Amino acid sequence: MTALIQVKDVTKKYGGLIANNAISFDVAENEILSVIGPNGAGKSTLFKMIASFTPTTSGEVTYQGERISNLKPHIVARKGVVRTFQETTIFKSMTVRESVVVAQHLRAKASLAGYFWGSKTAKDDVTAFEKYADELLDFLGMSEISNEQASNLPQGSLRALGIAIGLATDPKVLLLDEPFAGMNHDETMNMVNLVRSVRDERGVTVMLVEHDMPAVMNISDRIVVLNFGEKIAEGTPSEIQNNEKVIEAYLGSVDDEIGM
Amino acid sequence: MLNFSKTQIFGVAAFLAVVFVGVPLFIAATGRSDFYFTLTSVALLAIASAGVWLTFYIGRINIGQGAFALVGAYVSAILVVKAGWSFWISLPAAGLFAALIAVLIGLPILRLRGVYFAMITLVLTQVATLTALALPITNGAKGITNIPLPGAISIFGIPLVPDFSTLENSRMAFYFTATILMVITYAALYRLVNSRLGHLCRSMQQNEELASSIGVNITYIRILIFAISSFFGGLGGAMFGSISQSVYPATFVVKDSVDFMLNCFLGGLGYVFGPMLGTLVLYFGWDLLFEFGKYQMLIYATLLILIIRFLPNGLLSVRFGKGGGK
Repeated sequence: MTALIQVKDVTKKYGGLIANNAISFDVAENEILSVIGPNGAGKSTLFKMIASFTPTTSGEVTYQGERISNLKPHIVARKGVVRTFQETTIFKSMTVRESVVVAQHLRAKASLAGYFWGSKTAKDDVTAFEKYADELLDFLGMSEISNEQASNLPQGSLRALGIAIGLATDPKVLLLDEPFAGMNHDETMNMVNLVRSVRDERGVTVMLVEHDMPAVMNISDRIVVLNFGEKIAEGTPSEIQNNEKVIEAYLGSVDDEIGM
Repeated sequence: MLNFSKTQIFGVAAFLAVVFVGVPLFIAATGRSDFYFTLTSVALLAIASAGVWLTFYIGRINIGQGAFALVGAYVSAILVVKAGWSFWISLPAAGLFAALIAVLIGLPILRLRGVYFAMITLVLTQVATLTALALPITNGAKGITNIPLPGAISIFGIPLVPDFSTLENSRMAFYFTATILMVITYAALYRLVNSRLGHLCRSMQQNEELASSIGVNITYIRILIFAISSFFGGLGGAMFGSISQSVYPATFVVKDSVDFMLNCFLGGLGYVFGPMLGTLVLYFGWDLLFEFGKYQMLIYATLLILIIRFLPNGLLSVRFGKGGGK
């Protein structure tokens, strides 16, 4: 197992509040790793630090040995580590296809001036972007809604759109922020299959933050569990299911005094 | 990717015909040569408004274009009067200087959004006016007067533009210069909005976080757009100073900055050509209401409120309907 992303002693403090305390773990190439934990455990903060949306207080995150924490989000995206957001974060007045086309801008070969004057490279770029957008939407089963405006889409399609936008940047690592939240069982299963095919067919390493336990147990190769900003466990789904600390964090410990 | 529909080509041709043939014929027939001055002002204000529209396109409310117009007017005036430059070289220099100032100011303030950015830009015009009053080079409250009219341009001995001071009708010459400049500005704006830069601006306008997650350097694009916006402001201001042959600290005041913004609202933020129409309507609207005397401001303000209330997408939305044409 070679580590693609290494989280090393990452700490985040907001004033006196410790959101993440010396978190360390590795993400291997081509694996699906989930970060779980009760509300307020520091999952989202950790995610933001990996994608450089917020700086770390101490510690660092590396990707292929290079530091990616404490940079700008667009620089991390250029290196190939791309995050998605929850469903409200979309390009509301663009269509699905337009969103996916614009998201490919990192692949542009022509300069901004080239686009302004309409150079040949720029025209080739646009043709390539549109072709790839159609291909990607087809892969994600979204061809039918490609001309819908994003603000008109139902919740499930918005999640898929978020993933489509992320994938359009041609990432090596995709960080998914609660991809199953608010979905019913069937929608969740579809999304699980989709995320798995992203990894299997596109070779994208996937890291996700999630609440939905059955889905996480189903999809993950490994799981990292946070509680009150600390990492309390790491392992395969079956190891996590039987981990006492995890059960305690989720269900509460037995209180000796009242015997419950 | 220059695939224009027939309606678009027809529209542009009709517009150009009206501007370059219709208006001169009309003025020749009616003898109202004062219209040249009015329409020239409209064209120049429309250029500055185009800049404001562009900052709206990255989701920023810009009430500071008066500052950049004033900077442009002074830079051109100083270069022509004190350094003896040709007006035609001072014109792009004024735009570039305004753009440079925009980069320096934009670096700290473009991080702000919404009402905070709007408030800071509102102050900018006042700062520009006060700076012009204080600096020795701008000659304080007396301003710079007696600016010579633009000289001739010739390339390889072939005269392209005659010396404006030798012309019988310099108003017409200014009209053509200003409208040509306006057409170029809006053509450039249209092209920009429909090229990749425009698409990146749209992505930023709709969601800056998501835009940066797909690798858009939002700081760079913001600065670039603000610089282009201010370039247009400087250009319009410089030309304005040249026509009135004078620049004072009060040539562009806060009210002008607000007007530039209103032009965009009125015409429609969703349409590249919105600010042009907005400027025309606002400029003539104010003049037409002149006969109402002391009620002029009241009626004007009420109409503006009603238009913005009932046509939030601007006047052009009547023609194109929801989300149509661009």
